[in-house]
Amino acid sequence: MTTVRIVITLKPGILDAAGQAVRQGLLSLGYREVGEVKVGRYLEIAVPEDLAPEHIAAMCERFLTNPLIEDWRVGEAP
Amino acid sequence: MRFGVVVFPGSNCDRDCVHVLRAVLGQDVDELWSGEATVSGADALILPGGFAFGDYLRAGAVASTAPIMAAVREFAQRGGPVLGICNGFQVLLESGLLPGAMLRNKSLQFRCRPVHLRVESTRTPFTRALGEGQVLRMPIAHGEGNYYAPQTVARRLEDDGQIVFRYSDADGRITSESNPNGSLDGIAGVCNAAGNVVGLMPHPERASEEILGSTDGRLLFESVLAGLSRGAPAGDPPASAGATLPRPSGAGARLIATAGRGGHR
Repeated sequence: MTTVRIVITLKPGILDAAGQAVRQGLLSLGYREVGEVKVGRYLEIAVPEDLAPEHIAAMCERFLTNPLIEDWRVGEAP
Repeated sequence: MRFGVVVFPGSNCDRDCVHVLRAVLGQDVDELWSGEATVSGADALILPGGFAFGDYLRAGAVASTAPIMAAVREFAQRGGPVLGICNGFQVLLESGLLPGAMLRNKSLQFRCRPVHLRVESTRTPFTRALGEGQVLRMPIAHGEGNYYAPQTVARRLEDDGQIVFRYSDADGRITSESNPNGSLDGIAGVCNAAGNVVGLMPHPERASEEILGSTDGRLLFESVLAGLSRGAPAGDPPASAGATLPRPSGAGARLIATAGRGGHR
């Protein structure tokens, strides 16, 4: 088995109220250099090593994201 | 008439719905466990509020995969009346039975207070006894009720009369102050293209008795009762009479309902 890491964020243009609130917090702490902040979700899913990437894509599009409002990408290994 | 109230792990308004339907309106009610794959026997379905499956992933997302949802989908496709309230609305969105998606409230705050709603469409089984433009008062209680639909979808909803309720002030004016969560165009409730599946964020079951401060919510349940008792079979799409024609009653209504059954719409 291997671990697939999936990062989900709101699509550009969709109001990210949580991201804006976090940005405000960072600014309040004096981190004035901070630009846009996006708050999303992170999943680690154990799958067989030979699993076709299309399977991951299907999981993301059918269930793990709401394609109307969210984008996803396979994340980097930590 | 027999209502089915779907109970997911984490539903918390199911008992309120059962109470209103059974004790206030004197109807038969089945509680339908989401792990079962059937809704048989029900003339109308209610998906109640709460936090189904903890709202993990997204509100309503995991619930949309529950075994009962295939039966709910089939019931809806046959034209059966389905009402999703709050979390039930979110489940219907995530199931693809209703268009659009929910974002977190613009304020990021959980909003729990009475609101006014303006009835925008009377073509659904839950609003056909109401008047277009009628203002109702009932509570909201949600953190993710900021309705969103892409522009093309929003335009279609408007053109096809799929916007059922909008947040308004007491006089029915749609203002930014009357919008509690940032919803697109103040949308509080929508229906599917056929009109038989309706979702709304406010809680009609919490506004169905005098002691709770409003009985406006009862009108939604009474609407579906009026539709069925006047002869329309369960699962029939609403008659197309709409708001512009006199509302039929008695034998005439039965004729229209029968015609509707044959698909002459």
